[in-house]
Amino acid sequence: MEELDVEPAITNIPAASDGKHLGFAWGPGDLLVYETLYKASSGAKGSGCSFIHEVRKDEDIYSPILRKLFNESHHIFVGLQTIQEDLPSKNKKPQFVSISKNYRSVIRACMEELQQVAVSTKDAKVAMQYGNQVSILLAIELIWNLSEVLFIDSAPAGSLLLHLLDWVRLHKADVDEKATEVLQSESPAEHKDYWDVVLSYVMQGRLEESRQMLVKQATLHPAPRSMYKLMDTLLSKMPFYNPGGNQTLTEYDVKWRHWHEEVDRCLQDNSFASNKHLEIICRILVGDEDTLLEHKELLGTWYHFLVTRLLFSHPTVQPTELHYYAQSCMTMFLDSRSVPEPLDNILLAAFEFDIHQVIKECSIALNNWWFVAHLTDLLDHCKLLQSHNVHFGSNLREFLLLEYASGLFTHHSLWQLAVDYFDHCPDLGRVYLELQIERVPLNTERKALKVLRICEQRQMSEQVRSICKIMAMRALKNNRLGSALSWSIRAKDAAFATLISERFLQDYCARGTFSDLDLIDNLGPAMLLSDRLTFLGKYREFHRLYGEKRFGEAAKLLLSLMTAKIAPRSFWMTLLTDALPLLEQKEVIFSAGQTYELMFCLEELTSSLSSVAPATDGTMQDEDIEQTKVELLRLALARNLAMAIVKEGTVST
Amino acid sequence: MFVARSIAADHKDLIHDVSYDFHGRRMATCSSDQSVKVWDKSENGEWHCTASWKTHSGSVWRVTWAHPEFGQVLASCSFDRTAAVWEEIVGESNDKQRGLSHWIKRTTLVDSRTSVTDVKFAPKHMGLMLTTCSADGVVRIYEAPDVMNLSQWSLQHEISCKLSCSCISWNPSSSRAHPPMFAVGSDDSNVNYGGKVQIYEYNENTRKYAKAETLMSVADAVHDIAFAPNLGRSFHVLAIATKDVRIFKLVPMRKESTSTGPTKLEVQIVAQFDNHNSQVWRVSWNITSTLLASSGDDGCVRLWKANYMDNWKCTGILKGDGSPLTGSSGQPTAMSTVVGSSVQTSQNTQNGMSAGRIGKRAPFAPPLRQLTSPKISQQHPAYY
Repeated sequence: MEELDVEPAITNIPAASDGKHLGFAWGPGDLLVYETLYKASSGAKGSGCSFIHEVRKDEDIYSPILRKLFNESHHIFVGLQTIQEDLPSKNKKPQFVSISKNYRSVIRACMEELQQVAVSTKDAKVAMQYGNQVSILLAIELIWNLSEVLFIDSAPAGSLLLHLLDWVRLHKADVDEKATEVLQSESPAEHKDYWDVVLSYVMQGRLEESRQMLVKQATLHPAPRSMYKLMDTLLSKMPFYNPGGNQTLTEYDVKWRHWHEEVDRCLQDNSFASNKHLEIICRILVGDEDTLLEHKELLGTWYHFLVTRLLFSHPTVQPTELHYYAQSCMTMFLDSRSVPEPLDNILLAAFEFDIHQVIKECSIALNNWWFVAHLTDLLDHCKLLQSHNVHFGSNLREFLLLEYASGLFTHHSLWQLAVDYFDHCPDLGRVYLELQIERVPLNTERKALKVLRICEQRQMSEQVRSICKIMAMRALKNNRLGSALSWSIRAKDAAFATLISERFLQDYCARGTFSDLDLIDNLGPAMLLSDRLTFLGKYREFHRLYGEKRFGEAAKLLLSLMTAKIAPRSFWMTLLTDALPLLEQKEVIFSAGQTYELMFCLEELTSSLSSVAPATDGTMQDEDIEQTKVELLRLALARNLAMAIVKEGTVST
Repeated sequence: MFVARSIAADHKDLIHDVSYDFHGRRMATCSSDQSVKVWDKSENGEWHCTASWKTHSGSVWRVTWAHPEFGQVLASCSFDRTAAVWEEIVGESNDKQRGLSHWIKRTTLVDSRTSVTDVKFAPKHMGLMLTTCSADGVVRIYEAPDVMNLSQWSLQHEISCKLSCSCISWNPSSSRAHPPMFAVGSDDSNVNYGGKVQIYEYNENTRKYAKAETLMSVADAVHDIAFAPNLGRSFHVLAIATKDVRIFKLVPMRKESTSTGPTKLEVQIVAQFDNHNSQVWRVSWNITSTLLASSGDDGCVRLWKANYMDNWKCTGILKGDGSPLTGSSGQPTAMSTVVGSSVQTSQNTQNGMSAGRIGKRAPFAPPLRQLTSPKISQQHPAYY
């Protein structure tokens, strides 16, 4: 396949260029560029005044008005993807045409808004910038509209010309403005633009309107009234094909030829010789190319010339013949010195039904992917990329959609639209989404949850884990233990949950209270993620039971934390100390058996502690406190045992 | 492309490296002035320097961020023969109010006897691991076994590459089919010493890294090297900055079950560009590896892109215009900053043309009052 050679775009960076290097770093949507020197491995001094330049790729994405284009076309795109696959594609044509029109009306809305801002602003630079964007959108709409007529609607001979006429009328709308101006003047028929308006109407095939204009002139000059009458008859008799009617194309063709001969006869017998203007109209009606080319500035463009020429010489043009007329009209219309612009080439390619060339030239000439991505997607749904011998259809569609969506991802709010585009790229969409979504800055918990939801819906387990892990780490570093714990539970990160549980317990030992009670009280099965977390949850449960004065249950739980080895050994002393107030209640809470078990725990703990080498002087005081605690415990345990035995003995007898 | 804003970096000497953090909200810069600076991006897109400190006793070559799963961690390497790991500490609240942050040194890695030329963190699925390479031709892989205690790093592997090393790159693939792999480049300019790019792969059985391949076709000095994100492919893509830009495909060959050696790689060259005319110093991929950027002796940054047919082309050039900025930071020129409040709502609500639901909109708008003609300016192709 032929490759176009495009000169790479050059961006100037305000930096020295001679002998210096440009260093760079990729960001999510931009490139950082700075002046440096790579060879200076030893001591070569650079300038102290160094700048880092942020170079952005796509400025359109930051335009608040174009943002609406992105938002609204996203809805249309998603709708298009969900069109029933099972319908035969022929029956879907009206749907596709209506989708195409929806896209175009979004473009138009955007254009209107840009235009207004461009007109109302006082800043010349902004006006120009917006003016440029309007030009580009106009071009996009023009191409899209033509593609709709030729490819999507694929109008047959007869209707084809009618569609092309609509196309030209829509994009050459300045006639109406001029007409209004003329009609509002005191004497319309004498207005300097009067004949321009009449001719423009004729050349757009708006014959009814041109007749109404001509009436003004006829009433003004009663003398050649018969001549005006003749012209009026010719104009009113010109047949237009009616696709809905029961007339066949051949019948229409015969009728049109009759009319054409009649016009030609009038020209031959000099019916209008005395009126220059009517003579011109007559020449246009027979399709005289020279006359048309003499009115280039009224036509404006070669494609208007093409449609007018077809209207008056080949109204039943076949789609396959279009490219021949298009090529010749372009050559005839453009001066030998003017080179076709990108837009001309794109339209020409469309008239040649070379869809691939249209897409390709558009992606080269336009500064964003919005247009090519959406148009290609629509054409692909119409199954047009295969039938026009583009075998890599789905790849081209996906390539363009991926580019467009990647661009959206660099924007702080548009990235959410991009997710749907990636979802509809079967080959690489998921990988792209994975790579892009993990880079979305998690500025707030809310944003993190939003990103997380998107990943969870798509079973992106690694991204889910990573996001939770990042959030947990951040919360921990900021000493927000509760948040850190809930994020690490979401990440199912056992090691981290252990670490945070440890922190919670340390905090408790230091302060005697728990923070984030809501979270710990409602751990549920998440508690089983790590042993330490289980302990934390159970230990807190003990406190709750104690607080609710359910001493029996509290005592049982406390004991089981040690006997079932849920509590870490380092925490046993704390647990035993917690048992003290229970032991000293008036009524017996720990049974004799339970008390034995508590005693066993205490002995196990003290024996393991004493086996450790004696502490140094610094901790002597701590040692004393520990010793006192142990003795207090022993005393309490012994007393409780005595009471329990007595009580149990009493009950049994 | 366009310059959206210029930031006065205020380093006292050449900047050697600029590095974005994972989310693109922070950057770190390092310089011959022996310092590292950290910059934070505010909501409105402005960059603010939130920390600047002396890191080394020589030029700082490279600075790099650890994955945010490990917290806010930086590593730097220097001419002073060391690499260092830095961690941000959530400091006093008044520091935060002043927009400053605290970075403390967690460790200095002093094993190299020569300048440490590159420092990179390994892919996060391998844990918190740091790799350095140095002019004495040794690659060192360190590990922090406890991510909560970054003052302890153990030297896990020491790999001698025989040639002075200039750059390393980890293969980012986390697929189980791909054992950990890195590439190391040498800037030794003697072409007789053979290939200047070596690929090493981790062997589960020996628990060591072994050389899988030497790219013999790359005989000239290599200055930078970069693996592309894997995109779920079975092969790997490697970009190399040498006397030109080269892109290689490394295709792992099917491994025989009995073989215990490293995976054999089939090396294919995908593209080779000499547009920089002479030495190329840096290569780097964007997030989805659709674009490769390179910087060379011609003073340009070039952007390379493959189309859907996998044809690579230069699609953009950034070059200095010979007018270094002086004074304060440049004016942003992005549209979003210029537009302001002049945006008005469309008056064409009677046509259903105002912003709103598509379903409600009339299928066709009346022709636009045309002050402008359709035109495509060919200045900024979207092709990149």
